[in-house]
Amino acid sequence: MNAVLDWLAALGRAGLGALERLGRGHLLLLGILAGLGPLARRPGLLLQQMNSVGVRSVLIIAVSGIFVGMVLGLQGHYILSRFGAEATLGVMVAASLVRELGPVVTALLFAGRAGSALTAEIGLMKATEQLSGLEMMAVNPVYRVLTPRFLAGFLSMPLLAAMFSALGVWGGWFVGVGLLGVDDGTYWSQMQAKIDLHEDIQNGVVKSLVFGFVCSWIAIFQGYDCVPTSEGVSRATTKTVVHSALAVLGLDFVLTALMFGK
Amino acid sequence: MKKLNAHGIEILVGAFVAAGFVAMFFLAMKVSNLGAVTVGDGYQVTARFRNVGGLKVRAPVSMGGVPLGKVVGIHFDDKTFDAVVTMEIDRKHAQIPDDTYAKIYTAGLLGEQYVGLEPGGSDKNLKQGSEIRMTQSALVLEEVIGQFIFSKAQEGSKP
Repeated sequence: MNAVLDWLAALGRAGLGALERLGRGHLLLLGILAGLGPLARRPGLLLQQMNSVGVRSVLIIAVSGIFVGMVLGLQGHYILSRFGAEATLGVMVAASLVRELGPVVTALLFAGRAGSALTAEIGLMKATEQLSGLEMMAVNPVYRVLTPRFLAGFLSMPLLAAMFSALGVWGGWFVGVGLLGVDDGTYWSQMQAKIDLHEDIQNGVVKSLVFGFVCSWIAIFQGYDCVPTSEGVSRATTKTVVHSALAVLGLDFVLTALMFGK
Repeated sequence: MKKLNAHGIEILVGAFVAAGFVAMFFLAMKVSNLGAVTVGDGYQVTARFRNVGGLKVRAPVSMGGVPLGKVVGIHFDDKTFDAVVTMEIDRKHAQIPDDTYAKIYTAGLLGEQYVGLEPGGSDKNLKQGSEIRMTQSALVLEEVIGQFIFSKAQEGSKP
């Protein structure tokens, strides 16, 4: 009987803990958003974070984009040529990149490259009591440390996703037209005929904005909420990557169903 | 790693943002159909078909193979049991006779369907809200094959 009660209590504790974390996460988000006003007076802080979050992610995003596009070109050509439909290679590459792979793969790489770094940085700041130190000097650590990082992640994401898709389309062109002999004109004209600015590209940008918001939020919350020990920071970093990946994949399904489903 | 001064960071971030916008611009102009016919400022005409086959909204409307506009709506008329297709035609092409003939074609054997217009000889032109009266339905492949088999069977039954 006692074992059952203990089990129930553990379940309740876990549920309450999850609810509490959810509440703390949303309160932190409100605090971060409230810091946008003060941030406007110090844009230098945002620039620094754009550099470490956005600019330094360009290389991995660019390389992955080109290679994903090239693989799509190869695989697409392999399958489409069986039906004599190589002409639609451009449509296939561009549609899959702009609609799905661009935002999703960029978000996954972003969580691994930038999100984990954000969590570790903020977690270590907390562990070494730098955040408390800021508070002692009457500086709001949420405004000073978290808001610029959040905004930098949110703004960098769509730009990175656009680069990923554009380079991927180019990579598909390189393999399809350059190596496998698909006609250059049909590659582009079929693509332009089928890809819609509103339906495909705008929705892809909306997706990447949502992913940028969620990934930055998760990374910053995990860092800010971590247990301030070396083990706690490492666990928080792991959680950032896992939660971001799950959130991105889950949200991607929901967003696809909402925007492309009729 | 060399420590960057504030100006260096500004330059890097500026380049990053510019590259992002160039990529978006590339997607908009080169990948999507923005560079092609942009309709939106056009006039709408309707046409009634017995059967639109697989015609979709956004399918092109063309005359002589040149796209003039696109299909913006397909509705069903409950009284006459016709499919009413609303088309938007670019304002540049305002000189289309009102006895123009509309037909639903298929681009290639498995391609998507589009509306083809063939000009009539009337003095009056189509304008906003006018209806194309002469139409021909989509060719449904199953019907054609069915008719072919039926006619072959009839030939065969003659002595």
